[in-house]
Amino acid sequence: MTPRPRAKTLVIMPAWNEAESVASTVREVLAYAPPCDVLVVDDGSTDGTARIAAEAGARVIRLPFNMGVGGAMRTGFKYALLHGYDQAIQVDADGQHDPREIKRVLEGLSEADIVIGSRFEDRAEYEVKGPRKWAMVVLGGVLSKISGTRLTDVTSGFRAANRRAIRQYVAHYPAEYLGDTIDSLVVAVRSGCKVAQVPVNMRPRQGGTPSHHPLKAAVYLVRSGLALVFALTRKKSSPVGD
Amino acid sequence: MTVLAVLFVVAVLLFVIEMLRRQKIREKYAVLWIVIGLASLLLAAFPDLLIWAARLAGVQVPSNLLFAIAVILLMGVSLHLSREVSASEDEIRALAEEVAILRADLRDVQEQLPIDPQSHPMP
Repeated sequence: MTPRPRAKTLVIMPAWNEAESVASTVREVLAYAPPCDVLVVDDGSTDGTARIAAEAGARVIRLPFNMGVGGAMRTGFKYALLHGYDQAIQVDADGQHDPREIKRVLEGLSEADIVIGSRFEDRAEYEVKGPRKWAMVVLGGVLSKISGTRLTDVTSGFRAANRRAIRQYVAHYPAEYLGDTIDSLVVAVRSGCKVAQVPVNMRPRQGGTPSHHPLKAAVYLVRSGLALVFALTRKKSSPVGD
Repeated sequence: MTVLAVLFVVAVLLFVIEMLRRQKIREKYAVLWIVIGLASLLLAAFPDLLIWAARLAGVQVPSNLLFAIAVILLMGVSLHLSREVSASEDEIRALAEEVAILRADLRDVQEQLPIDPQSHPMP
């Protein structure tokens, strides 16, 4: 293989029935992000997500059944590892993650193994209230402590990984609830990956709204707490080799 | 009554062994049922054993001892099954991931080869 002047980058986009937004998101990534390949992981969609994404210029992997964001992302990281990508970044298909911010998040990899694009901090244009907010504060506090750096938006899916973190994710990326955000991050940190966060603008989702029903918020609080406790009691995992 | 109980247990045992012979059940699961079956056979043939065991354990009504053992055993069996199902599910997921990646790679390779895609259609 000829030497490359720049890092080979893969944008991983998990998509489950996102036919409405996936094409515009893929096109935006190709237009505004640094040179990269876009991999749409079609998580068992029943609409035209895979075809539309391919037409928009993405590489498409179709999972035979719905496996959740965790399963889709692990597939993406496996693909990145098998095809020799130096770095990978998760971008949601619903357009919430602004493709113009991809460059900024990727640049963070010069100083860390995992970079989280966070929506709070200085550039807050986004508001959450109630139990959801408390959960984020607690999760952020605990993860900041174990990672030794200030993290405020640990459930953000807008995150980049270098080769070391990709190998770590392939070894441990649970399919459980919040496994793709909390659990994978906690185990990665405990296994020696360095985490950093970069403030970014988030856009409103193109479809659907986050739930503010008190009961659902309470369930979220309990489940995220459990996910955190389980993650904290897990053993270290050793990243897989090339 | 004893005869009926013995007949029932023997029927269950034969059924498990037949499933094992036809490879409808894996040995690791069958062993558990065979052990439970043999113990039940012993109890059915010699009901006094239960009374003796109940006195030994300090249980006043012997049948309660039987119920307690049955509940604990069945709980153990279902926990074991939950664990096995979870392990199987993980394996299935890992395979699905591999298959999805391989299928995408295969499509790339096919597009590069000078073969007529019509004669080797991708599903």
